[in-house]
Amino acid sequence: MADVKKIATRESYGNALTELGDKYKDLVVLDADLAAATKTGIFKKKFPDRFFDCGIAESNMMSVAAGIAATGKIPFASTFAMFAAGRAFEQVRNSIGYPHLNVKIGATHAGISVGEDGATHQCNEDIALMRTIPGMTVINPADDVEARAAVEAAILHQGPVYMHFGRLAAPVFNDPDTYKFELGKGVQIREGKDIAIFATGLMVAEAIEAAKVLADKGIDAAVINIHTIKPIDEEIIIKNAARCGLVLTVEEHSIIGGLGSTVADVLSQNCPTKLVKIGVNDEFGHSGPAVDLLRQFGLCADNIIAKAEAAVKSK
Amino acid sequence: MDATTKKQLEITACKVRLGIIEGVYNARSGHPGGSLSIADVLTYLYFAEMKVDPKDPDAADRDRLVLSKGHTAPALYSTLAQRGFFPADELKSLRHIGAMLQGHPCITIPGVDMSSGSLGQGVSVACGMALSGKISEAPYRVYTILGDGEIQEGQVWEASMFSAHYKLDNLTMIVDNNGLQIDGKISDVMSPYPITDKFRAFGLNVIEADAHDFDSLEKAFEEASNTKGKPSVIVMKSVKGKGVSFMENNVGWHGTAPNAEQYAQAVEELNARLKELEG
Repeated sequence: MADVKKIATRESYGNALTELGDKYKDLVVLDADLAAATKTGIFKKKFPDRFFDCGIAESNMMSVAAGIAATGKIPFASTFAMFAAGRAFEQVRNSIGYPHLNVKIGATHAGISVGEDGATHQCNEDIALMRTIPGMTVINPADDVEARAAVEAAILHQGPVYMHFGRLAAPVFNDPDTYKFELGKGVQIREGKDIAIFATGLMVAEAIEAAKVLADKGIDAAVINIHTIKPIDEEIIIKNAARCGLVLTVEEHSIIGGLGSTVADVLSQNCPTKLVKIGVNDEFGHSGPAVDLLRQFGLCADNIIAKAEAAVKSK
Repeated sequence: MDATTKKQLEITACKVRLGIIEGVYNARSGHPGGSLSIADVLTYLYFAEMKVDPKDPDAADRDRLVLSKGHTAPALYSTLAQRGFFPADELKSLRHIGAMLQGHPCITIPGVDMSSGSLGQGVSVACGMALSGKISEAPYRVYTILGDGEIQEGQVWEASMFSAHYKLDNLTMIVDNNGLQIDGKISDVMSPYPITDKFRAFGLNVIEADAHDFDSLEKAFEEASNTKGKPSVIVMKSVKGKGVSFMENNVGWHGTAPNAEQYAQAVEELNARLKELEG
């Protein structure tokens, strides 16, 4: 995909907020001293009166966002995924989730693709944590087009939304002219009958690549982009699992509690199907260039191909 | 404050205390001590200070209160019932399964502006409400009541820093300084003293008051409303369990409900006080 345009979804987040700022006058953006990294700094430049830095105090920021939402405005609270879902988990649960307030959480720098900063900042648990909160919507967009659309969908949705964005520039594969984002609906990117590959976020592009190679090897793989982890699109999971009789999930997140677990929940209750999970195994990340880390952790097309081939062979 | 107004507030506060005892007794659990210590300030707020309308509890420009020390929900519920937000009979099913009145404040209850109970969070929520008021130039004020043990939570100081940084002079924080927390005296468990100096260092206007004297409360809230450019915090000296002799200054009544005999004695004492006030 060398010729494809690449944009980090954190960039899409900052740009989308800035583009939507005029249309949605109640939009307020909060950050915790990371505006340059989360890209909310772009919004700050255009709308300085609606941007508030909370300093390095994420717990306070989440509860402040709850208070702003309780008065009818739409706050976006932004920081790294580690601090949004991790440090401030209880504030998100009790100040935002329990009263079901209209707070949007923009969590950037999710996953091991944070790269050189290493394990303390590589949050592989955020989706697992956030999806246990009743009424929380959890979105993990795959590219720039989808990420921008997700930001507007979050504004239009009444209730708390957690959005997971990446630091690493990701290939843009959706067509901005035709793409439509439907909250809670998976996207069938490719039909297939041998194996159904469910991917989310950064791994969707890898899954598309893998499916092309698998086709050359005579394996017909379906590829489904699950951008909304909660509420999950059960229908698209059951339909593809039933057709293929074999499922593979791939995510840049712990294999505990993320997409793989969500798909397993759906399958075990509706359509028991053999499932292969690719993700970060029960371990911490470490420092290194993002692309090298992704390869090392098997979060790449090559590993999807290998795992899919082996699974199809043992069918 | 004129004598009639003061007496009326004292009568109302006594009824609020009766409601607290009623609620906690029927729930067979809950927090009477810290509820009784804020009965007077809640009475002052809802009957003399805040612009609220029980017929329109969600009015956009209403004043707001976040009970950051959410475990003292019985005091808030009893005050809201006295003010007409819902029938006082609801207190009898406090904490019961299927009841409207949850163990800690819940935003869906008429008159309750925010769910709270996990200590340290309510004050940040109040900051958010106050900031939003500043953004829209709305006329409302925001009040939040914290426990003196609660200020051991680090988030309280994040919020204090935030409130002063954004000059939230439409926010009044109230610290209920009754000196006791679950494990004992706050000075023995983890001393937050000197409380006033700490808030002053964080950039707030600090006001000291007597939590059980309506003249003192009036003076304090007037100063808070008139202070521009910075938020105010009223650190009010209070008596935990105030109004029920055997509960006063007794840490054992932090989170214990009275038995039938204790309930009868508490009600008798409060009714006697009410009779005395009503002449």
